Amino acid sequence: MASSILASARAEPAPSRARRTRGLAAGGAVFVALLLVAALAAPLIAPADPIRQSLRGRLSAPTLSGADGKAHLLGTDHLGRDVLSRVIYGARVSLLVGFAAVIVGGLVGATLGLVAGFRGGWTDSVIMTLADAQLAFPFILLAIGIIAVLGPSFPTLIVVIGLSGWVTYARVLRSQVLVLRSREFVDAIHALGGSVARVITRHVLPNVLSSLVVIATLELARAIVLEATLSFLGLGVQPPTPSWGGMVHEGREYLDSAWWISTAPGIVLMLTSIVVSRTGDWLRDLLDPTLRGE
Amino acid sequence: MRGFLPFVASRLIRAAIALWLVSTVVFVVMRLSGDPVPLLLPPDAPQSEFARVRAELGLDRPIPVQYVVFLGNVLRGDFGQSIHFRQSAFRVVLGYLPATFELGLAAFALALVVALPIGVVSAVKRNSAVDQATMGLALVGQSAPTFFIGILLILIVSLNLGLLPTSGREGWPSLILPALTLGAFAMASIARLTRSSVLEVLGADYIRTARAKGVSEAVVVAKHTLKNAAVPIVTITGLQFGTLLGGAVVTETVFAWPGIGRLAIQSIYNRDYPVVQCTVFISAVLFIVINFCVDMIYGLLDPRVRSS
Repeated sequence: MASSILASARAEPAPSRARRTRGLAAGGAVFVALLLVAALAAPLIAPADPIRQSLRGRLSAPTLSGADGKAHLLGTDHLGRDVLSRVIYGARVSLLVGFAAVIVGGLVGATLGLVAGFRGGWTDSVIMTLADAQLAFPFILLAIGIIAVLGPSFPTLIVVIGLSGWVTYARVLRSQVLVLRSREFVDAIHALGGSVARVITRHVLPNVLSSLVVIATLELARAIVLEATLSFLGLGVQPPTPSWGGMVHEGREYLDSAWWISTAPGIVLMLTSIVVSRTGDWLRDLLDPTLRGE
Repeated sequence: MRGFLPFVASRLIRAAIALWLVSTVVFVVMRLSGDPVPLLLPPDAPQSEFARVRAELGLDRPIPVQYVVFLGNVLRGDFGQSIHFRQSAFRVVLGYLPATFELGLAAFALALVVALPIGVVSAVKRNSAVDQATMGLALVGQSAPTFFIGILLILIVSLNLGLLPTSGREGWPSLILPALTLGAFAMASIARLTRSSVLEVLGADYIRTARAKGVSEAVVVAKHTLKNAAVPIVTITGLQFGTLLGGAVVTETVFAWPGIGRLAIQSIYNRDYPVVQCTVFISAVLFIVINFCVDMIYGLLDPRVRSS
């Protein structure tokens, strides 16, 4: 499959395509920058308090002069809260959960992958069987079951979403360790009294760093969508904390009269998912084409 | 058929381990959830009554014993009584299963019917406006969250255009939007994969030979290309069917479709844990069985897979 993609890339009419790609990439970069600013500086740039309700200003369409005399560029929701402010604060929640989940998944996956590679034998078998078993199963179902019982909270959410993505990291690190273990210089390091930690930090990690960056980016997109999905189902971030998925859920009942409540956060979420996963694809092609097909 | 039996055996073992892991997680989570007895009895029930129910459910026994009993019950399809429906949780879930199957099959059929022609046309007319538009759309379809696709379809098709019902399960019109929502991801994946498989075959030497012989382009595509591009498409398509089940939870909730996904979410709200556990477990079994079948078909079609 890779060969055909290369072949087709070669056959593209280069200039116009390159220009368009550059345009899309610039658009994506601007979007990511806006998102980061929104998340970091939410209290400074949000026009209103995201959880302050206003009965008089309920279900107002996008307007420059609302019932309270203020502009609501994306309208207000069923409790009179400013949708734009909630979308901005929602970026905070999405990115916080997303990054934290990627870190949890990465740490667990990397550790298990290193252990599997270095220990070999039945440790390796157990870890890799676990990985296979997890892939043989739609994780969202298990996540739903676990969160249903433990109750939704930020830590539970982060751990569950993080653990849903450890397998890819583990596989990459394990195979890198296996490759290195057969090399003579690793034996030499051992013979000279070098520690396993040294092998890991000096030889394994530098070799897999680019793969890890690619995986982490793709995982970030997945984590953000999974958080939004769980919040949409009522199992993620709990009201009144604004989250994109939760906002789409709240607006579901008002779709025919107040379409902006659901669509504003939904479109931002969709753009985020597309931009982050396309960035991951682009990084993969740039840094590590062998990951294609994962 | 050399090597097929060991291949079947290894996949069977893997499926069994996956099932065992799922049941163990379900058990652990259930124990973490605390005492279910207060959910079953009125708050003013006497202490003796609590003790009686606890003994009846086996909760007074040591944890390892409970675990073994639980595994035995799971094998017999016994997940206990539904608190909400007041009948066997397993029977409740079975009752909701046909709606999910109907939705899954419709989504899958729709995905195939739309994606295959699009993939072939995109490959044959590479870099045309049609190719770029459909592949751009496919990229969006692959990264857009399922629930928001559903919301957008309801907003545009049902509310603005007034064409199809927004929810429920009454006749085939109510099936179209949920099937489209659930099938969107599979549709996008299958279209992209079909395109790249067909492109790869179109670049092969035997296609150049056929063209050199003077075979018409239509015959080259229909006869020489599609047959050879089919194997990877069949595999990925099969695997997509498994992932559809995961998406069913979301789609059924968006469209109030009375299947096991929506049942699971409602049971969570009702704190009806036996039903939640049973749904999670049954979905896992279905998913694992489907993947096992796909593996078998793949192993039959392509002997190279068996050794890996």
